[in-house]
Amino acid sequence: MPEMSKNPTGVAAAEAAGDGSAAPPPLLEISGLRTHFTTREGVVKAVDGVDLAVGERRTVCVVGESGCGKSVTARSILGLVDRPGEITGGSILWRGGDRTSPVDLAKLDPHGEELRRIRGGEISMVFQEPMASLSPMYTIGDQLTETIRLHLPMTKAEAKDHAIAMLRKVGIPKPEQRFNAYSFQLSGGMCQRAMIAIALACGPGLLIADEPTTALDVTIQARILDLIASLQESSGMSVMFITHDLGVVAEIADEVVVMYLGTVVERGPVDEIFHDPKHPYTQALLDSVPAMGQGRGQRLRQIRGRVPHPSERAEGCPFHPRCDSAIAGVCDTTEPPETVFGPDRTARCVLYTPGLGTPGNVPGDTDPAEEREVPANG
Amino acid sequence: MADPTAPTAPTAPTAPAGSGGDAETPLLEIRGLRMDYPIRHGMFGRHIGTVRAVTGVDLTIRPGETLGLVGESGCGKTTLGRCIVRTLRPTAGTIRYHARDGRVVDLAALGQRELRRYQREVRLVFQDPFSSLNPRMTLLEIIGDPLRNNGLAQGKELERRVGEMLELVGLPPGYMRRYPHAFSGGERQRVNIARALIMRPRLVVADEPVSALDVSVRASILNLLRDLQEELDLTYLFISHDLSVVENICDRVAVMYLGNIVELAGTDALYRGPRHPYTEALLSAVPRADPRLRGSGRRIRLSDDLPDPAAPPPGCAFHTRCHYAKAETCAAPGAGPVLLPPPDPSGRGGTAAGPAATPHLAACHFAGDLSLTGV
Ligand SMILES: Nc1ncnc2c1ncn2[C@@H]1O[C@H](COP(=O)(O)OP(=O)(O)OP(=O)(O)O)[C@@H](O)[C@H]1O
Ligand SMILES: Nc1ncnc2c1ncn2[C@@H]1O[C@H](COP(=O)(O)OP(=O)(O)O)[C@@H](O)[C@H]1O
Ligand code: SF4
Ligand code: SF4
Ligand SMILES: [Mg+2]
Ligand SMILES: [Mg+2]
Repeated sequence: MPEMSKNPTGVAAAEAAGDGSAAPPPLLEISGLRTHFTTREGVVKAVDGVDLAVGERRTVCVVGESGCGKSVTARSILGLVDRPGEITGGSILWRGGDRTSPVDLAKLDPHGEELRRIRGGEISMVFQEPMASLSPMYTIGDQLTETIRLHLPMTKAEAKDHAIAMLRKVGIPKPEQRFNAYSFQLSGGMCQRAMIAIALACGPGLLIADEPTTALDVTIQARILDLIASLQESSGMSVMFITHDLGVVAEIADEVVVMYLGTVVERGPVDEIFHDPKHPYTQALLDSVPAMGQGRGQRLRQIRGRVPHPSERAEGCPFHPRCDSAIAGVCDTTEPPETVFGPDRTARCVLYTPGLGTPGNVPGDTDPAEEREVPANG
Repeated sequence: MADPTAPTAPTAPTAPAGSGGDAETPLLEIRGLRMDYPIRHGMFGRHIGTVRAVTGVDLTIRPGETLGLVGESGCGKTTLGRCIVRTLRPTAGTIRYHARDGRVVDLAALGQRELRRYQREVRLVFQDPFSSLNPRMTLLEIIGDPLRNNGLAQGKELERRVGEMLELVGLPPGYMRRYPHAFSGGERQRVNIARALIMRPRLVVADEPVSALDVSVRASILNLLRDLQEELDLTYLFISHDLSVVENICDRVAVMYLGNIVELAGTDALYRGPRHPYTEALLSAVPRADPRLRGSGRRIRLSDDLPDPAAPPPGCAFHTRCHYAKAETCAAPGAGPVLLPPPDPSGRGGTAAGPAATPHLAACHFAGDLSLTGV
């Protein structure tokens, strides 16, 4: 794919790349999202200019170390940001449901009727801690039927039948009995299945899953991932999957969004992210995981330092204090612009900005022909 | 009881220290280890049952190695680790430890007093870097605690040794007057490691030492553990449920299911050619960090229904989830299959040469017939 160091939006890039012909606009399109927490110590810019899109039937994985703003981004979509957090800028265009024109979720009242209808109906969310998100006071069945009746015009009896059908669909054995069980009577894997049943009960167009398998054994994780994939296959829903496990990303993602300190530093198709990462942070993340099948002994590459708190964000490129490719005098002063490499393929690093970076520092085994193109465009 | 973890040759493998080649002398020999937890009704109520958390484990740890212990949540990994460091008293079995002073003692049988001197040599690193450090103690107090408790150092000498240890784990000695809340997960895990190492142990039981950490921090702690092992001549029992981490750092791997070791082999042999169906299923469930491998390899999915360790299934404990189970053989009441090497000594897993060649043991009735897939 030709690299283009123009700079404009994804749409322009798609046109420039010549295949923007009839691609429908994405189901969910986040642009310039800012979600800030105003605390006594100052403003915490947890999400500070995030752009990402989820197309129809696509699975987009959001990765990054903890504290990078993944969960706050996800919660912003549904108006679930904890106090004192607030969306202070940007838009979240949602084109799902029967809409003819998109609705900007960022502009809706988080406690209002419209967002309440969308939440759990058109877009639903699964959280990391299944035990914590299910109420111990009500049975699984009560919680399922409540969601169903909130969004679908069903009688109590119909809702119960639908709930049991959902429990069966997510692979819970003896669903008629489990309908009357409480969350603490179920294993972690079963709870997560029940959560997924609740999330999918109303046939959402988008499922947001925030680390849904992090607390589970690999054996159970594998089955939950299979389950999400098969439900997606049959219903055509889109999935936004947040995880820090690169193995999971490689397994399920169509596209990957890499976040660092509240911004998106790189995004692209899964194969390109793993085999041709552009951003030094993406490269470093990939190098720090042991690849199974490589045998014993390889020393792992570690990333210097740690993710700072958003209030201690560095000037210039937020990654520069930890970056091995950082250019003194450039990276510590200039906020890197976004370079568009193709449709939905971007990175924020001066190494790809003509006139700022030096191609010799480009990470990975970039094809020399491609490397030459970067300055050639300048 | 036969010693299944020793080479199959009939020569007595458990000779006392000093009588054989040093390379052959194990550091720790666990035999028939059992740990039962009573289930009580209410807080002080009557005893209504028993969780058989560890059900007859035989395992030998060799000096200088990193032995991995893997398995699903609740299979008894932590319980086994805690029996070894003797924060738990096992219900039955022996833990023969070849001490620094040349003596061989049974840690399982020692009382608290005699135990103390050996507990210096066998230390534990906890899983959770956040809850395992007392927030009211400085790093000096936390790390120096075992030295002071044992009356081994105080005052300036204590500070010197804590400073030295901080340096060793990659933290500035100047941090010793700070409290743990000011540190990140990775830094706290370094403090945990420093605390375990201050007594200059020989065996370190590391219980999920990197599970709660971010990938990049995890890499630095794994590298640190590796460096310390070389520098201080340490032996590790490395408990984890992350099979990619275990492959990276361990020499041998023991796979545990419902309180028992079901497979034990050199890391490469186990990952390339597992001999137990449970190991095969575990390996196939690990997501591979390469999208091009998607859909390649075998996908074996186990049911979520782990049997209750208070009422383990009869026969082979894995038969309720095993895809290869044959009801007549595997579910037959009585003791399940025991750990055995491959019938043919030149068969799979028995290829490694040298004095410490690792037999590839599996506890499955059909281990010799099945052809299982690794990574
Ligand atoms: N104090 C206790 N009283 C009763 N049962 C216990 C106690 N501690 C552990 N168990 C039970 O013993 C079994 C083994 O527990 P253990 O903590 O050793 O598992 P583990 O393999 O370390 O699991 P994980 O991967 O979740 O840490 C489990 O069934 C557990 O519920
Ligand atoms: N309620 C809150 N008040 C103040 N800061 C918060 C709050 N919730 C999250 N943050 C901050 O926002 C940043 C991003 O958090 P989060 O989205 O949870 O990260 P991730 O999910 O990527 O691990 C973190 O630095 C966190 O401390
Ligand atoms: S802009 Fe500079 S510091 Fe930031 S990732 Fe690129 S090279 Fe590294
Ligand atoms: S003995 Fe039977 S049930 Fe057990 S692992 Fe082997 S084949 Fe499976
Ligand atoms: Mg999060
Ligand atoms: Mg444990």
